[in-house]
Amino acid sequence: MGAVLEARDVSFSYGPHPVLSGVSLSVKAGEFVALVGPNGSGKSTLLRVLLGLAAPSAGVVELFGVAPGDLKPRWRLGYVPQRPALAGDLPATVEEVVAAGRLARRGWWRRFTAEDREQIGHAMASVGLGELRGSQVRRLSGGQQQRAFIAKAFAGQPELLVLDEPVAGVDADSQARFRDALVHLRQDHGAAVLLVSHELGAVADDLDRVIVLRHGKVFFDGAPADLAAAGVSLGVHAEDLPLWLEDLERAGGEDGRRAGDEGRG
Amino acid sequence: MSVPLPYPFEREYMQLALVSGLVVGVCAPMLGAFLVQKRLSLFGDGVGHLAFTGVGIGALVGVWPVATALVVASAGAVVIELLRSRRAASGDVALALLLYSGMAAGIVMLSKAGAANANLLSYLFGSLVTVTAGDAVAIGALGVLIVATVLLAGRALFAVVVDEEAARVAGLPVDRLNMVLAVLTAVTVVAAMRVVGVLLVAAMLVLPVAVGQMVGRSFRGTVGWAIAVGVGAVVIGLGAARQWGLASGGTIVLVVAAAYGVVAALPTRALVK
Repeated sequence: MGAVLEARDVSFSYGPHPVLSGVSLSVKAGEFVALVGPNGSGKSTLLRVLLGLAAPSAGVVELFGVAPGDLKPRWRLGYVPQRPALAGDLPATVEEVVAAGRLARRGWWRRFTAEDREQIGHAMASVGLGELRGSQVRRLSGGQQQRAFIAKAFAGQPELLVLDEPVAGVDADSQARFRDALVHLRQDHGAAVLLVSHELGAVADDLDRVIVLRHGKVFFDGAPADLAAAGVSLGVHAEDLPLWLEDLERAGGEDGRRAGDEGRG
Repeated sequence: MSVPLPYPFEREYMQLALVSGLVVGVCAPMLGAFLVQKRLSLFGDGVGHLAFTGVGIGALVGVWPVATALVVASAGAVVIELLRSRRAASGDVALALLLYSGMAAGIVMLSKAGAANANLLSYLFGSLVTVTAGDAVAIGALGVLIVATVLLAGRALFAVVVDEEAARVAGLPVDRLNMVLAVLTAVTVVAAMRVVGVLLVAAMLVLPVAVGQMVGRSFRGTVGWAIAVGVGAVVIGLGAARQWGLASGGTIVLVVAAAYGVVAALPTRALVK
């Protein structure tokens, strides 16, 4: 299967400070990939470059075989930013927020059809917010708010969904529903998922591949089984990650890199 | 030529003020709902002061002041939006620069034109008797343009308000939408200038939305309530201004402020979905 997302030797600097150095990775159609790394490893910058929000200083990024700026139609790419900042006094309902995610699919100037409304309802139901469609997002818990934004990305029925720390600080119930929603998106719609997260416990059994970023470079790229073989648990949390990386390094960085080469192949 | 309407709108000058006022009552809260959520509540103030510069230019060169105000306010709105989007200046610094220099330039030019008199006050605070038939026709046409644009682009503007970065990734024309919002706001400010005055025009962008946020249970409901408050305040304010000989702009804004106070005091605020 072809790659829906590919980065080749991507570098990026903020002024004289290099953030990414020769990063190469890919996500194939229908694949579920986690991108992890400690704070400051360059994850957020890499994500911005992959989404076309920032231009790399060197290297090539392709979404569905074209440069991010040339991607059409755009609905093929769904994105859930880290902690979307809904204005505290915005009285928008769950349905209004989720419907905003359908605009890329329908065309922002066109009226919604019955199919659009059905897909918006389906997206809300898939994250367990069908009953709360008329509730104001600002009145929901942090986990429910995050699920509303995930549903917003689902509403466009993307072929590649990119999520930046979608379950950071949310309750266990929301994490479980989040996992169910991602499984549904992959099984029913065949979408690929690139998940940036410190907390992989909820989706550990569903991942096809894990990419570890460290000091702006790909430190590991391979199957979860390779990590398990190195004695590393995927049920890690932010505070455990440096320790996890040290374990990985002790287990043999060379093995990790070899696994990464296979994963990219 | 007047149409048969009951007191206090039976005179032609009141009907012209009413037409202009209703455009403001509908359009200002409609656009203000987006500005408030984008933390740009004072944007209308900055643009209003620039419109005053336009009035000064019009008086100085002998051109219809509404036209020059429209040109200067729209150009200023574009500059503010460019400064904001490119982060060339922080939002409040850019606004302060335009606010003070706009007002100063307007006063200097009006005094140079020998028009710094009662006519000046009507632009600053609004007046019932200064709206001409030409003003009303132009303001009505601008109102139709604003409503049509918001009906077309409202959902996309809402998507930008909810999450600008995600809207950009989704391929929405975020920069153009922000620019459209800025220019429409400038147009609304100019439309409101004759009735409400440049010093109080921003109140009509913000205060009805503040009331709408307390009673609306959705964004659409909030906009609906804000428009209802804006229109109601214009009708009541104009009537009261004529009845008791008050300044129209101040009276309209005080009616909105009173509506805010009443709603804030209500035990149950959420009235509509």
